[in-house]
Amino acid sequence: MEWRDTGVLLGLRRHGETAAIIDVFTPDHGRHLGVVRGGTSRKIAPHLQPGAQLDLVWRARLEDHLGAFTVEPVFSRSAAAMADRTGLAGLNAALALLSFCLPERAPHPDLYARTLALLDHLETPALFPLAYLGWEQRLLEDMGFGLSLDRCAVTGAADDLAFVSPRSGRAVSRAGAGAWADRLLPLPPVLQRPYDAPRTEIAQALAVTGHFLGQHLAPALGDKPLPTARQRFVDGLARQNNSPMD
Amino acid sequence: MPGTDDIEALIEQMAKLPGLGPRSARRAVLHLIRKRAILLAPLARAMQTVADTARECVNCGNVGTADLCDICAQDSRANGELCVVEDVADLWAMERARVFKGRYHVLGGTLSALDAIGPDELRIPKLKERVATENIREVILALNATIDGQTTAHYIAEQLEAHVRLSSLAQGVPIGGELDYLDDGTISAAMRARKAL
Repeated sequence: MEWRDTGVLLGLRRHGETAAIIDVFTPDHGRHLGVVRGGTSRKIAPHLQPGAQLDLVWRARLEDHLGAFTVEPVFSRSAAAMADRTGLAGLNAALALLSFCLPERAPHPDLYARTLALLDHLETPALFPLAYLGWEQRLLEDMGFGLSLDRCAVTGAADDLAFVSPRSGRAVSRAGAGAWADRLLPLPPVLQRPYDAPRTEIAQALAVTGHFLGQHLAPALGDKPLPTARQRFVDGLARQNNSPMD
Repeated sequence: MPGTDDIEALIEQMAKLPGLGPRSARRAVLHLIRKRAILLAPLARAMQTVADTARECVNCGNVGTADLCDICAQDSRANGELCVVEDVADLWAMERARVFKGRYHVLGGTLSALDAIGPDELRIPKLKERVATENIREVILALNATIDGQTTAHYIAEQLEAHVRLSSLAQGVPIGGELDYLDDGTISAAMRARKAL
Protein backbone atom coordinates (compact mmCIF):
# COMPACT_ATOMS: atom_id res chain seq x y z
CA MET A 1 0.00 0.00 0.00
CA GLU A 2 1.27 3.45 -0.81
CA TRP A 3 -0.19 6.93 -1.16
CA ARG A 4 1.07 10.49 -1.36
CA ASP A 5 -0.65 13.52 0.14
CA THR A 6 0.07 16.76 1.96
CA GLY A 7 -0.89 17.24 5.57
CA VAL A 8 -0.74 19.32 8.71
CA LEU A 9 1.14 17.81 11.63
CA LEU A 10 -1.17 17.55 14.64
CA GLY A 11 1.35 16.01 17.03
CA LEU A 12 4.04 13.45 17.51
CA ARG A 13 5.43 11.18 20.14
CA ARG A 14 8.75 9.38 20.35
CA HIS A 15 8.80 5.78 19.28
CA GLY A 16 11.85 3.90 20.46
CA GLU A 17 15.17 5.67 20.39
CA THR A 18 15.14 7.41 17.04
CA ALA A 19 11.69 7.07 15.48
CA ALA A 20 8.52 9.09 16.01
CA ILE A 21 4.83 8.35 15.50
CA ILE A 22 3.22 11.34 13.86
CA ASP A 23 -0.44 12.29 13.73
CA VAL A 24 -1.26 14.23 10.55
CA PHE A 25 -4.42 15.70 9.05
CA THR A 26 -4.56 15.27 5.29
CA PRO A 27 -7.22 16.35 2.75
CA ASP A 28 -7.69 12.97 1.05
CA HIS A 29 -6.89 10.51 3.84
CA GLY A 30 -8.16 12.40 6.86
CA ARG A 31 -6.39 12.08 10.16
CA HIS A 32 -3.68 9.46 9.80
CA LEU A 33 -0.93 8.09 12.03
CA GLY A 34 2.35 6.54 10.98
CA VAL A 35 5.96 6.03 11.96
CA VAL A 36 8.72 8.34 10.79
CA ARG A 37 12.03 6.52 11.02
CA GLY A 38 14.72 8.84 12.32
CA GLY A 39 11.97 11.30 13.25
CA THR A 40 13.78 12.47 16.38
CA SER A 41 17.06 13.15 14.58
CA ARG A 42 18.54 16.65 14.49
CA LYS A 43 17.89 16.78 10.76
CA ILE A 44 14.19 15.95 10.79
CA ALA A 45 12.97 16.95 14.28
CA PRO A 46 12.96 20.74 13.61
CA HIS A 47 10.54 20.14 10.72
CA LEU A 48 8.22 17.96 12.78
CA GLN A 49 6.71 20.76 14.82
CA PRO A 50 2.93 20.81 15.32
CA GLY A 51 1.23 22.95 12.67
CA ALA A 52 3.90 22.28 10.04
CA GLN A 53 2.71 21.46 6.54
CA LEU A 54 4.34 18.32 5.19
CA ASP A 55 4.55 16.38 1.98
CA LEU A 56 3.85 12.78 2.95
CA VAL A 57 4.35 9.38 1.42
CA TRP A 58 2.75 6.57 3.42
CA ARG A 59 3.73 2.95 2.92
CA ALA A 60 2.52 -0.22 4.58
CA ARG A 61 2.19 -3.85 3.64
CA LEU A 62 -1.54 -3.92 4.49
CA GLU A 63 -4.00 -1.06 4.66
CA ASP A 64 -4.81 -1.55 8.34
CA HIS A 65 -1.15 -1.45 9.38
CA LEU A 66 0.24 1.61 11.13
CA GLY A 67 2.68 2.09 8.25
CA ALA A 68 5.62 4.41 7.82
CA PHE A 69 5.75 7.95 6.52
CA THR A 70 8.45 9.58 4.46
CA VAL A 71 8.12 13.29 5.16
CA GLU A 72 9.37 16.39 3.48
CA PRO A 73 8.72 19.85 4.91
CA VAL A 74 6.56 22.14 2.79
CA PHE A 75 5.95 25.05 5.13
CA SER A 76 6.75 25.70 8.78
CA ARG A 77 4.48 27.81 10.94
CA SER A 78 6.52 27.48 14.13
CA ALA A 79 8.14 30.91 13.99
CA ALA A 80 4.86 32.75 13.38
CA ALA A 81 3.13 30.75 16.10
CA MET A 82 5.87 31.20 18.67
CA ALA A 83 5.97 34.96 18.12
CA ASP A 84 2.50 35.53 19.54
CA ARG A 85 1.09 34.15 22.78
CA THR A 86 -2.53 34.12 21.61
CA GLY A 87 -1.65 32.57 18.26
CA LEU A 88 0.39 29.85 19.93
CA ALA A 89 -2.43 29.05 22.35
CA GLY A 90 -4.90 29.03 19.44
CA LEU A 91 -2.68 26.73 17.38
CA ASN A 92 -2.45 24.30 20.30
CA ALA A 93 -6.21 24.46 20.81
CA ALA A 94 -7.02 23.83 17.13
CA LEU A 95 -4.58 20.93 16.77
CA ALA A 96 -5.67 19.35 20.05
CA LEU A 97 -9.33 19.61 19.02
CA LEU A 98 -8.63 18.00 15.65
CA SER A 99 -6.84 15.12 17.37
CA PHE A 100 -9.73 14.88 19.81
CA CYS A 101 -12.60 15.01 17.31
CA LEU A 102 -11.51 13.47 14.07
CA PRO A 103 -11.79 9.74 13.51
CA GLU A 104 -8.76 8.18 11.85
CA ARG A 105 -8.67 7.76 8.08
CA ALA A 106 -11.94 9.59 7.31
CA PRO A 107 -11.42 12.50 4.90
CA HIS A 108 -12.78 15.95 5.78
CA PRO A 109 -11.53 18.01 2.81
CA ASP A 110 -13.57 21.14 3.63
CA LEU A 111 -12.44 21.17 7.23
CA TYR A 112 -8.87 20.65 6.03
CA ALA A 113 -9.15 23.72 3.78
CA ARG A 114 -10.58 25.75 6.69
CA THR A 115 -7.79 24.51 8.94
CA LEU A 116 -5.14 25.67 6.47
CA ALA A 117 -6.85 29.07 6.25
CA LEU A 118 -6.87 29.28 10.05
CA LEU A 119 -3.19 28.40 10.31
CA ASP A 120 -2.38 31.04 7.68
CA HIS A 121 -3.92 33.58 10.08
CA LEU A 122 -1.01 32.95 12.48
CA GLU A 123 0.78 35.56 10.36
CA THR A 124 -1.90 38.12 11.30
CA PRO A 125 -2.29 37.71 15.08
CA ALA A 126 -4.94 40.45 15.35
CA LEU A 127 -7.37 38.44 13.20
CA PHE A 128 -6.54 35.00 14.53
CA PRO A 129 -9.14 34.73 17.35
CA LEU A 130 -12.00 35.63 14.99
CA ALA A 131 -10.72 33.14 12.41
CA TYR A 132 -10.50 30.53 15.16
CA LEU A 133 -14.14 31.10 16.13
CA GLY A 134 -15.26 30.58 12.51
CA TRP A 135 -13.12 27.47 12.29
CA GLU A 136 -14.61 25.99 15.45
CA GLN A 137 -18.14 26.58 14.12
CA ARG A 138 -17.10 24.75 10.96
CA LEU A 139 -15.66 21.91 13.03
CA LEU A 140 -18.98 21.52 14.86
CA GLU A 141 -20.78 21.50 11.50
CA ASP A 142 -18.45 18.84 10.10
CA MET A 143 -18.97 16.69 13.19
CA GLY A 144 -22.76 16.94 12.83
CA PHE A 145 -23.44 19.47 15.58
CA GLY A 146 -23.67 22.68 13.52
CA LEU A 147 -25.38 25.73 14.99
CA SER A 148 -28.39 27.19 13.19
CA LEU A 149 -28.38 30.89 13.99
CA ASP A 150 -30.31 32.59 11.19
CA ARG A 151 -33.88 32.21 12.52
CA CYS A 152 -35.62 31.85 15.85
CA ALA A 153 -36.47 28.22 16.58
CA VAL A 154 -39.72 29.29 18.30
CA THR A 155 -41.16 32.17 16.26
CA GLY A 156 -39.27 31.86 12.98
CA ALA A 157 -38.26 35.54 13.22
CA ALA A 158 -34.90 36.55 11.84
CA ASP A 159 -34.36 39.58 14.08
CA ASP A 160 -33.76 40.21 17.79
CA LEU A 161 -32.03 36.85 18.13
CA ALA A 162 -30.41 36.85 21.58
CA PHE A 163 -30.11 33.25 22.71
CA VAL A 164 -29.06 29.78 21.60
CA SER A 165 -30.87 26.65 22.68
CA PRO A 166 -28.34 24.49 24.57
CA ARG A 167 -30.05 21.36 23.24
CA SER A 168 -30.74 22.04 19.56
CA GLY A 169 -28.09 24.68 18.81
CA ARG A 170 -30.74 26.88 17.18
CA ALA A 171 -31.14 30.60 17.75
CA VAL A 172 -33.97 31.93 19.89
CA SER A 173 -35.28 35.50 19.84
CA ARG A 174 -36.02 37.53 22.97
CA ALA A 175 -39.75 37.21 22.31
CA GLY A 176 -39.47 33.50 21.68
CA ALA A 177 -37.41 32.88 24.82
CA GLY A 178 -39.99 34.25 27.23
CA ALA A 179 -39.65 32.72 30.68
CA TRP A 180 -37.02 30.25 29.42
CA ALA A 181 -34.41 32.95 28.80
CA ASP A 182 -32.34 32.04 31.86
CA ARG A 183 -32.02 28.44 30.65
CA LEU A 184 -30.70 29.46 27.24
CA LEU A 185 -27.15 30.34 26.22
CA PRO A 186 -26.47 33.98 25.32
CA LEU A 187 -25.89 34.58 21.61
CA PRO A 188 -22.96 36.97 21.11
CA PRO A 189 -23.43 38.90 17.80
CA VAL A 190 -20.01 37.74 16.52
CA LEU A 191 -21.30 34.19 16.40
CA GLN A 192 -23.92 35.20 13.81
CA ARG A 193 -21.87 37.63 11.79
CA PRO A 194 -18.05 37.87 11.93
CA TYR A 195 -16.84 41.39 12.70
CA ASP A 196 -13.96 43.01 14.60
CA ALA A 197 -15.43 42.01 17.92
CA PRO A 198 -13.66 42.58 21.23
CA ARG A 199 -11.78 39.53 22.37
CA THR A 200 -13.98 39.15 25.40
CA GLU A 201 -16.96 38.77 23.06
CA ILE A 202 -15.07 36.16 21.03
CA ALA A 203 -14.36 34.36 24.31
CA GLN A 204 -18.12 34.43 25.09
CA ALA A 205 -18.85 33.02 21.63
CA LEU A 206 -16.27 30.29 22.24
CA ALA A 207 -18.04 29.47 25.50
CA VAL A 208 -21.15 28.73 23.40
CA THR A 209 -19.30 26.55 20.88
CA GLY A 210 -17.49 24.96 23.85
CA HIS A 211 -20.86 23.97 25.30
CA PHE A 212 -21.70 21.99 22.16
CA LEU A 213 -18.21 20.51 21.95
CA GLY A 214 -18.28 19.44 25.60
CA GLN A 215 -21.94 18.51 26.07
CA HIS A 216 -22.84 17.06 22.67
CA LEU A 217 -19.74 16.09 20.72
CA ALA A 218 -17.54 14.77 23.58
CA PRO A 219 -20.17 12.26 24.83
CA ALA A 220 -20.42 10.93 21.29
CA LEU A 221 -16.65 10.36 21.31
CA GLY A 222 -16.48 8.36 24.53
CA ASP A 223 -17.08 11.23 26.97
CA LYS A 224 -13.46 12.30 27.31
CA PRO A 225 -12.89 15.82 28.64
CA LEU A 226 -12.16 18.49 26.03
CA PRO A 227 -8.44 19.22 25.57
CA THR A 228 -7.14 21.63 28.22
CA ALA A 229 -5.32 23.56 25.46
CA ARG A 230 -8.68 24.88 24.23
CA GLN A 231 -9.69 26.16 27.65
CA ARG A 232 -6.27 27.82 28.06
CA PHE A 233 -6.81 29.67 24.77
CA VAL A 234 -10.33 30.80 25.75
CA ASP A 235 -9.14 31.90 29.22
CA GLY A 236 -6.32 33.87 27.62
CA LEU A 237 -8.77 35.68 25.32
CA ALA A 238 -11.14 36.42 28.18
CA ARG A 239 -8.30 38.06 30.12
CA GLN A 240 -7.35 40.34 27.25
CA ASN A 241 -8.34 43.92 26.76
CA ASN A 242 -11.51 44.64 24.80
CA SER A 243 -9.70 45.91 21.74
CA PRO A 244 -9.74 43.46 18.82
CA MET A 245 -6.23 44.57 17.90
CA ASP A 246 -4.61 43.58 21.20
CA MET B 1 27.16 -21.47 26.83
CA PRO B 2 27.48 -22.72 30.41
CA GLY B 3 28.77 -20.26 32.99
CA THR B 4 27.95 -17.15 30.99
CA ASP B 5 24.55 -16.28 32.49
CA ASP B 6 25.90 -13.30 34.44
CA ILE B 7 27.64 -11.95 31.36
CA GLU B 8 24.48 -12.38 29.31
CA ALA B 9 22.53 -10.56 32.02
CA LEU B 10 25.05 -7.71 31.87
CA ILE B 11 24.75 -7.54 28.07
CA GLU B 12 20.99 -7.47 28.39
CA GLN B 13 21.16 -4.52 30.81
CA MET B 14 23.74 -2.66 28.69
CA ALA B 15 21.55 -3.09 25.59
CA LYS B 16 18.87 -0.98 27.29
CA LEU B 17 21.14 2.08 27.33
CA PRO B 18 20.50 4.83 24.77
CA GLY B 19 22.60 4.37 21.65
CA LEU B 20 23.31 0.71 22.34
CA GLY B 21 21.66 -2.37 20.91
CA PRO B 22 22.31 -6.07 21.60
CA ARG B 23 25.34 -6.25 19.29
CA SER B 24 27.02 -3.06 20.45
CA ALA B 25 26.27 -3.96 24.09
CA ARG B 26 27.99 -7.31 23.52
CA ARG B 27 31.06 -5.53 22.10
CA ALA B 28 31.14 -3.10 25.03
CA VAL B 29 30.85 -5.88 27.59
CA LEU B 30 33.60 -7.87 25.90
CA HIS B 31 35.82 -4.79 25.99
CA LEU B 32 35.07 -4.28 29.68
CA ILE B 33 35.88 -7.90 30.49
CA ARG B 34 39.18 -7.70 28.64
CA LYS B 35 40.10 -4.58 30.64
CA ARG B 36 38.61 -5.89 33.85
CA ALA B 37 41.16 -4.36 36.22
CA ILE B 38 41.49 -0.91 34.73
CA LEU B 39 37.96 -0.38 33.39
CA LEU B 40 35.37 -2.83 34.64
CA ALA B 41 36.12 -2.73 38.36
CA PRO B 42 36.38 1.09 38.64
CA LEU B 43 33.25 1.46 36.50
CA ALA B 44 31.34 -0.96 38.70
CA ARG B 45 32.48 0.94 41.83
CA ALA B 46 31.54 4.32 40.33
CA MET B 47 28.15 3.02 39.25
CA GLN B 48 27.48 1.54 42.67
CA THR B 49 28.41 4.85 44.35
CA VAL B 50 26.13 6.84 42.08
CA ALA B 51 23.34 4.29 42.50
CA ASP B 52 23.63 4.74 46.27
CA THR B 53 23.88 8.51 46.36
CA ALA B 54 22.26 10.08 43.27
CA ARG B 55 19.15 12.12 43.97
CA GLU B 56 17.21 15.13 42.75
CA CYS B 57 18.06 18.48 44.30
CA VAL B 58 15.12 19.40 46.51
CA ASN B 59 15.40 23.03 45.40
CA CYS B 60 16.00 23.05 41.65
CA GLY B 61 15.49 19.49 40.38
CA ASN B 62 19.11 19.09 39.19
CA VAL B 63 20.71 15.72 39.91
CA GLY B 64 23.51 15.43 42.42
CA THR B 65 24.66 13.31 45.29
CA ALA B 66 23.30 15.48 48.11
CA ASP B 67 19.90 16.94 48.95
CA LEU B 68 21.08 20.32 47.65
CA CYS B 69 23.03 20.28 44.38
CA ASP B 70 26.40 22.07 44.09
CA ILE B 71 24.83 25.04 42.30
CA CYS B 72 22.11 25.64 44.88
CA ALA B 73 24.65 25.18 47.68
CA GLN B 74 26.87 28.03 46.42
CA ASP B 75 25.95 31.43 47.86
CA SER B 76 27.75 33.17 44.99
CA ARG B 77 25.13 31.84 42.56
CA ALA B 78 22.29 33.49 44.42
CA ASN B 79 22.60 36.63 42.26
CA GLY B 80 18.87 37.14 41.70
CA GLU B 81 18.83 35.41 38.29
CA LEU B 82 16.97 32.16 37.81
CA CYS B 83 17.24 30.18 34.59
CA VAL B 84 14.33 27.83 33.86
CA VAL B 85 15.20 24.75 31.78
CA GLU B 86 13.19 21.75 30.64
CA ASP B 87 15.55 18.98 31.61
CA VAL B 88 18.79 18.28 33.49
CA ALA B 89 20.54 17.78 30.12
CA ASP B 90 19.64 21.41 29.27
CA LEU B 91 21.09 22.58 32.60
CA TRP B 92 24.32 20.74 31.81
CA ALA B 93 24.39 22.35 28.34
CA MET B 94 24.03 25.82 29.91
CA GLU B 95 26.80 25.04 32.39
CA ARG B 96 29.08 23.89 29.55
CA ALA B 97 28.66 27.30 27.91
CA ARG B 98 29.77 29.05 31.17
CA VAL B 99 27.73 32.15 30.45
CA PHE B 100 25.21 31.97 33.25
CA LYS B 101 26.24 32.58 36.85
CA GLY B 102 22.88 32.35 38.60
CA ARG B 103 20.75 29.43 39.71
CA TYR B 104 18.56 27.04 37.74
CA HIS B 105 15.13 25.52 37.93
CA VAL B 106 14.47 22.23 36.12
CA LEU B 107 10.82 21.81 35.09
CA GLY B 108 11.06 18.12 34.26
CA GLY B 109 9.28 18.40 30.90
CA THR B 110 6.97 20.69 28.95
CA LEU B 111 3.25 21.16 28.69
CA SER B 112 1.90 18.80 26.05
CA ALA B 113 -1.71 18.56 24.92
CA LEU B 114 -1.07 15.25 23.16
CA ASP B 115 0.56 13.59 26.17
CA ALA B 116 -1.85 15.25 28.63
CA ILE B 117 0.99 16.88 30.58
CA GLY B 118 -0.42 19.87 32.42
CA PRO B 119 1.15 22.42 34.81
CA ASP B 120 0.63 20.13 37.80
CA GLU B 121 2.84 17.46 36.26
CA LEU B 122 5.74 19.93 36.03
CA ARG B 123 7.65 21.74 38.80
CA ILE B 124 5.82 25.02 38.17
CA PRO B 125 4.33 25.40 41.69
CA LYS B 126 7.88 25.08 43.12
CA LEU B 127 9.08 27.71 40.62
CA LYS B 128 6.43 30.16 41.85
CA GLU B 129 7.48 29.45 45.43
CA ARG B 130 11.14 30.10 44.63
CA VAL B 131 10.36 33.39 42.89
CA ALA B 132 8.48 34.47 46.00
CA THR B 133 11.11 33.41 48.54
CA GLU B 134 14.56 33.64 46.91
CA ASN B 135 14.69 37.35 46.09
CA ILE B 136 14.69 36.65 42.35
CA ARG B 137 15.02 39.72 40.08
CA GLU B 138 14.90 38.02 36.69
CA VAL B 139 13.63 34.69 35.41
CA ILE B 140 15.26 33.55 32.17
CA LEU B 141 13.11 31.07 30.28
CA ALA B 142 15.67 28.88 28.49
CA LEU B 143 13.17 26.45 27.02
CA ASN B 144 13.46 24.65 23.71
CA ALA B 145 12.41 26.53 20.55
CA THR B 146 9.63 24.02 19.91
CA ILE B 147 5.86 24.49 20.02
CA ASP B 148 5.67 22.64 23.35
CA GLY B 149 8.68 24.50 24.77
CA GLN B 150 7.32 27.93 23.87
CA THR B 151 3.78 27.04 25.01
CA THR B 152 5.30 26.25 28.38
CA ALA B 153 7.32 29.48 28.35
CA HIS B 154 4.19 31.56 27.66
CA TYR B 155 2.28 29.72 30.38
CA ILE B 156 5.02 30.42 32.93
CA ALA B 157 5.18 34.03 31.77
CA GLU B 158 1.44 34.40 32.44
CA GLN B 159 1.93 33.05 35.93
CA LEU B 160 4.96 35.17 36.84
CA GLU B 161 4.82 38.39 34.80
CA ALA B 162 3.16 40.32 37.62
CA HIS B 163 5.90 39.40 40.09
CA VAL B 164 9.28 39.38 38.35
CA ARG B 165 11.13 40.45 35.21
CA LEU B 166 11.03 37.77 32.52
CA SER B 167 13.23 37.09 29.52
CA SER B 168 13.74 34.26 27.06
CA LEU B 169 16.59 33.05 24.88
CA ALA B 170 16.92 34.59 21.41
CA GLN B 171 16.07 32.48 18.38
CA GLY B 172 17.83 32.60 15.04
CA VAL B 173 20.91 31.67 13.05
CA PRO B 174 23.27 29.38 14.99
CA ILE B 175 27.00 30.20 15.21
CA GLY B 176 28.62 28.66 12.13
CA GLY B 177 25.24 28.22 10.49
CA GLU B 178 24.74 28.78 6.77
CA LEU B 179 21.44 30.24 5.62
CA ASP B 180 21.16 27.76 2.77
CA TYR B 181 20.96 24.88 5.25
CA LEU B 182 18.53 26.46 7.72
CA ASP B 183 14.86 25.57 7.87
CA ASP B 184 12.41 28.34 6.98
CA GLY B 185 11.13 28.58 10.58
CA THR B 186 14.61 29.47 11.86
CA ILE B 187 15.14 32.02 9.09
CA SER B 188 11.75 33.54 9.83
CA ALA B 189 12.55 33.75 13.58
CA ALA B 190 15.94 35.29 12.81
CA MET B 191 14.33 37.94 10.59
CA ARG B 192 11.82 38.82 13.32
CA ALA B 193 14.61 39.10 15.90
CA ARG B 194 17.07 41.03 13.68
CA LYS B 195 19.08 43.78 15.37
CA ALA B 196 20.78 46.99 14.32
CA LEU B 197 24.49 46.83 13.53
